[in-house]
Amino acid sequence: MEDSATLAADPAMALKRAQQGKSYWRRVWERLREDKVTLAVIAVLGMLLIMVVFAPWFTIHDPYAGSVLRRLKPVGTPGHWLGTDEVGRDLWSRMLYGGRLSLLAGVAPVFLALLIGGFLGILAGYAGGLLNSAVMRLTDVLYAFPSILLAIAITGILGAGLQNTILALTISFIPPIIRISESVTTQVRHLDFVEAARASGARRLTIMRYHILSNVLGPILVYATSLISICIILAAGLSFLGLGVTPPSAEWGLMLNNLRQGIWASPLVAALPGVMIFITSMCFNLMSDGLRQAMDVRL
Amino acid sequence: MSLLKHHVTTGDGALGPLSQRDPSRSKPLLAIEHLTKHFPLQGGLFGRRRAMVQAVDDVSFVVERGETLGIVGESGCGKSTTARLLMHLIKPDRGSIAFRGQRVGVAGGLSQRELHRQMQMVFQDSYASLNPRLPVAMSIAFGPFVHGLGKTEALRRAAELLEAVGLEPALFANRYPHELSGGQRQRINVARALALEPRIVILDEAVSALDKSVEAQVLNLLADLKVRFDLTYVFISHDLNVVRYISDRVMVMYLGKVVEIGPADRVYRDPQHPYTRALLSAMPSMDPRRRTRQAPLSGDPPNPVRPPSGCRFRTRCPLAEAVCEKAAPALLALPSDGARAVACHVHVPTSGHTRAATAGAE
Amino acid sequence: MWAFTLRRLLYAVPVLLGVSMLVFALIHLAPGDVVDILVPPEVPKEIADSLRQRFHLDEQLYVQYVAWLGRLMVGDFGVSFFTGRPVAEELFGALGNTLVLALPAAVLGFLLGIALGALAAYNHGTWLDKLFSATAIIGVSLPHYWVGIVLVAIFAVVLNLLPAQGMGFEGLPTSWEHVQHLVLPVVTLSLIPMGVISRLVRANVLEILSQEFVGTLHAKGLFSRRVLYHTLKNAAPSALALMGLQFGYLLGGSILVETVFNWPGSGGLMNLAIFRRDVPVLSATIVVLAAIFVVINILVDVLQALLDPRMRR
Repeated sequence: MEDSATLAADPAMALKRAQQGKSYWRRVWERLREDKVTLAVIAVLGMLLIMVVFAPWFTIHDPYAGSVLRRLKPVGTPGHWLGTDEVGRDLWSRMLYGGRLSLLAGVAPVFLALLIGGFLGILAGYAGGLLNSAVMRLTDVLYAFPSILLAIAITGILGAGLQNTILALTISFIPPIIRISESVTTQVRHLDFVEAARASGARRLTIMRYHILSNVLGPILVYATSLISICIILAAGLSFLGLGVTPPSAEWGLMLNNLRQGIWASPLVAALPGVMIFITSMCFNLMSDGLRQAMDVRL
Repeated sequence: MSLLKHHVTTGDGALGPLSQRDPSRSKPLLAIEHLTKHFPLQGGLFGRRRAMVQAVDDVSFVVERGETLGIVGESGCGKSTTARLLMHLIKPDRGSIAFRGQRVGVAGGLSQRELHRQMQMVFQDSYASLNPRLPVAMSIAFGPFVHGLGKTEALRRAAELLEAVGLEPALFANRYPHELSGGQRQRINVARALALEPRIVILDEAVSALDKSVEAQVLNLLADLKVRFDLTYVFISHDLNVVRYISDRVMVMYLGKVVEIGPADRVYRDPQHPYTRALLSAMPSMDPRRRTRQAPLSGDPPNPVRPPSGCRFRTRCPLAEAVCEKAAPALLALPSDGARAVACHVHVPTSGHTRAATAGAE
Repeated sequence: MWAFTLRRLLYAVPVLLGVSMLVFALIHLAPGDVVDILVPPEVPKEIADSLRQRFHLDEQLYVQYVAWLGRLMVGDFGVSFFTGRPVAEELFGALGNTLVLALPAAVLGFLLGIALGALAAYNHGTWLDKLFSATAIIGVSLPHYWVGIVLVAIFAVVLNLLPAQGMGFEGLPTSWEHVQHLVLPVVTLSLIPMGVISRLVRANVLEILSQEFVGTLHAKGLFSRRVLYHTLKNAAPSALALMGLQFGYLLGGSILVETVFNWPGSGGLMNLAIFRRDVPVLSATIVVLAAIFVVINILVDVLQALLDPRMRR
């Protein structure tokens, strides 16, 4: 055949390699394995997840037990190495426990929006026509709000709380995910191999299952991971405004808001919870960049 | 569902199942009548349909069993739209397609699904027409699989077809499209088209994107497969040499209309329509004495949104006269050669064209 | 081109209508109605009901909606439940204050973003590229409200150089003292657009530099200034679109930064309205901000179409 010459170098190896064929996902994995930064970032996120989920193993203090005597101790206080907050609760404990709600409120909305928005977007993109117009025009209405404004409006009106935060952020992230899913699906739908599948007499659902999904899920997923970083910042931001998680729960944004009152007494402690928000959001950003490169996706 | 059952249920009761019908070959394998497709152009203030592109306009022809019908014309003349209309990948605005006398897509006629069993297509872009996420054997097996064959069975057929198109199954079955060369990919596409054991294969610029040497290999393969599987080809290309090489008959299209149709050797030797003549004289010739010095066709084809009135070729035709502006010529059989048909007033004695009387002498 | 602009404008009408419906629906989805919120529970039911009647809260929802929409159309946003002042007065004053922050922040962020992105792309692969790319990714990952707190901690608390809070003036800044109030919030607000724009500009410029026509320009012997001009011209439309979006986010998203700096802008107004349950102020703020965002998007689309004819569908 045309490229038989390339097989010559090490026939046995080349034959084996050629016979197996390298699937797209295997190539993605191989590229990812080479990308040290992304691997490191994923490791950091994994560690963070473990520390947050198994918080009691990493601290001896109760995150909710305060003491008037130990208020706003600075970083490096014996027994409280990160200091204490405005009612004397151990900051390290609260950072760990706070990560639970912060991560939940940062990841869950994107996940839910991915399910709902991805479904609607792929449906609209694949069906085209009237259904597409209906979905996309409704999306345009939601798109008229900057996502933070929409989230604030929803929580502001429905009231604070974890559930409403997740609901509000989910609704804010549905429109961008619908847009991406729709455009990616529309692109794929017009490729020749989908026409060829139609020409083989396959039903729409079968084509969707074997030909569309495998080609659109990657880009949509990459896009969704890029939203996690924003979602973490926004979720903490809502709590910071008093619209998200309610006291006395530990949550990074809420802690930032409470500690702000002590900024004149101990500025360093006041800034600490923000560091966690920043690190987590940056890790998700870098992970998303790494995934995008490994999957060779253009958005 | 079983393929066999499908045969029986879709066949018209009075005529019996497809396989038993039509032993006399009295009906052509494929008969296309008045096929028309106009695409709306978006534009205007509210995105209203302001204009229509007349991609294919009132096209009729037949394809006989076992022949290769070549379709040629400049790009944008409606060749590819015709292919997609034949496959029912896009719905025609008007006109009908009949396979062995059974109309497609009407009650009591042939279902689209059944049509796809009988007619398959190979696309121009060998890469875009294969799903990049599937090993090529799965792409080939997909057709039989959706028509009810088990997965293992379908993959076995894929292996046979790989063999048939000259690719060692053990070596190629599990590869992905990006791991193959263009020629190999186009062989895969041919195998995929054959997987449903169709009677007709439409080749839409199937070799146009290949290197010349690879193109020759694939053309030879197509010729072999045609004999081996008793196939009928509709071969669409802008490459006049390739069409002449492979076709029994050739159909020339201009701006969505058929201008000339007939046996390939006779059309090439003695073109009757001015457009065909211009097209063929633009062909590079090996014979220096036959080379033309003058560009036979000047300018671009007119805008298909607003094609010229009457004969669509008149704006570029050296023989154009007043009558050509008034009436569109019908595609009529030549008096001198019943196998050929031309749509030109020059060949109709009563048309009023000044050359009409002398047309026979040309 | 005019047809495109007109079509784009007309299309905004149903979108804005949808926006108003959404806001109205949200407010009426909230548990309890306005009277429940305003009137203490010990007030007799008859009085509460008569209040409902006075504010037409007993009417069918669609009647209320049409009436509300009608008032919005003529610029009547009602009266604040809390201060008793006309909402329009409060809102436009606050919007002005937000613009005082958002405009310089946008200019700063866009200019820095374009400069960093273009420089990073032109020095692709060098340490400069890495430094600028890192800056950009930090910029988009920073919770900007936290940056505000950190800046306050450093420049106001520790160094005592700049004021920590408040606006300190009305209207436009006229003295150095006024400008001092602006510095920290403007820098804070400019971070996100800076990061987002510089990432996009870097990617765009890199792509354009890798295209053939740039090679052709070099081959033609054109100076690199010309090449730069051509790259920027080609990178402009998408950067512009993003800037429009980012400016909208600055207006809508300023609520967090305005809270940090106690800035009396539209975000601060909205925050107050939420906690005071001041429904007229809240709904008007949301609708107006969304409307501004829609208008910005139209402007961006039209500008984009002017620069790039392919956009004129």
